[in-house]
Amino acid sequence: MEKGNGYCFFPMTLNATILLVVLITTFVLIRALYVMHQSGKPLRKTALQSASTLIVLGSGGHTAEMLNLLSMLQKDKFTPRFYIAAATDNMSLQKAHLMEKSLVEMTGGNVLESVQFMQIYRSREVGQSYITSVGTTLIAIAHALWIMIKIRPQVILCNGPGTCLPLCVIAFLFKVVGIRWSSTFYVESIARVRRLSLSGLLLYKLRMADQFFVQWPQLQKKYPRAHYVGCLM
Amino acid sequence: MGDTDDCTKAERTVFVTVGTTCFDALVKAADTQEFKSELSARGYTHLLFQIGRGSYIPTKSTGEDGSLVVDFFTFSSSIADNLRSASLVISHAGSGSIFETLRLRKPLIVVVNEDLMDNHQSELAEELAERKHLFCTLPQTLYQTIATMNLESLLPYRPGDAAPVAKLINRFLGFPDD
Repeated sequence: MEKGNGYCFFPMTLNATILLVVLITTFVLIRALYVMHQSGKPLRKTALQSASTLIVLGSGGHTAEMLNLLSMLQKDKFTPRFYIAAATDNMSLQKAHLMEKSLVEMTGGNVLESVQFMQIYRSREVGQSYITSVGTTLIAIAHALWIMIKIRPQVILCNGPGTCLPLCVIAFLFKVVGIRWSSTFYVESIARVRRLSLSGLLLYKLRMADQFFVQWPQLQKKYPRAHYVGCLM
Repeated sequence: MGDTDDCTKAERTVFVTVGTTCFDALVKAADTQEFKSELSARGYTHLLFQIGRGSYIPTKSTGEDGSLVVDFFTFSSSIADNLRSASLVISHAGSGSIFETLRLRKPLIVVVNEDLMDNHQSELAEELAERKHLFCTLPQTLYQTIATMNLESLLPYRPGDAAPVAKLINRFLGFPDD
């Protein structure tokens, strides 16, 4: 490094870069803290007429519980609806499709408008080696990002399957970066009585769900920020 | 249920279901002579297995010699009809099977599969057993449960509903309540 009259260009850009990185990181952290603080606060009344909704389905009980919840929501408020399930889950999207078709028949319509069914790559299959899981998780995250950029939902409904984690994390990042403000509602499965699932625990601790629901009183005692809503089934 | 007349007993079926899992331990435990005799002694006439992905095949029997009629199948698109025509259901601890059976108000014995990693399913079965909505047991204690159970002691399960959640979600988003 030269001393004296002349500036040494290299160290100056290095300092400027470091300063820039620090500033951006600080800004992002503050913004993230603000988002975490604002999440969980109800939206203002005039905010939404209807909300585009992403519905995350999971094998077996998860889908049954989710469809049960959906039956209680006004369909004209939660539209358009996007159903998403893991690529290896064959039954869930079929069940959701059946339910939507029966809705159409009931209201006398002809076609499924503004409803889409999608599959997403799984981060990890049961029993998969952890080494290959790193690669598949990255692919799953990239796929989730692609899907979320296309949909940019205003509401996300999920109830436990690991599929929901990358989607919820990306939704949170969208809030931080300002791409889309969304509301994530997480309903822990009825099968979870004393302990949360891994997805639930992560979303609860990281405060990434706007509202977190549990179906048994034991969980509400352990996780006081959760809302106890009784059994859904 | 079946017809009753002078020659035939009313049909009382015990339905064993493992859902989409492999649960050989349960099928084996229910396929023993001792277990089947106990069922006959308690007035059951038919034993039907839904064995899913299991590899153990139970022994079929036409019951001509007055013993239990035994049959099995692997999967069906819906076990609702099997549940409806059963007098007793013995099920793995999947929440779907459990609540489908409870909603039909059938007596239910849930058998927990200890070979499953991270056995969170047992939490649900144990909690519902504590509330006396079903009996909870293991394959190795299934016989004892059958031999000592008192079905009268079971309490009916009142189905829950999602209305409280829907209300909170609507309120959060500023949607009017239905």
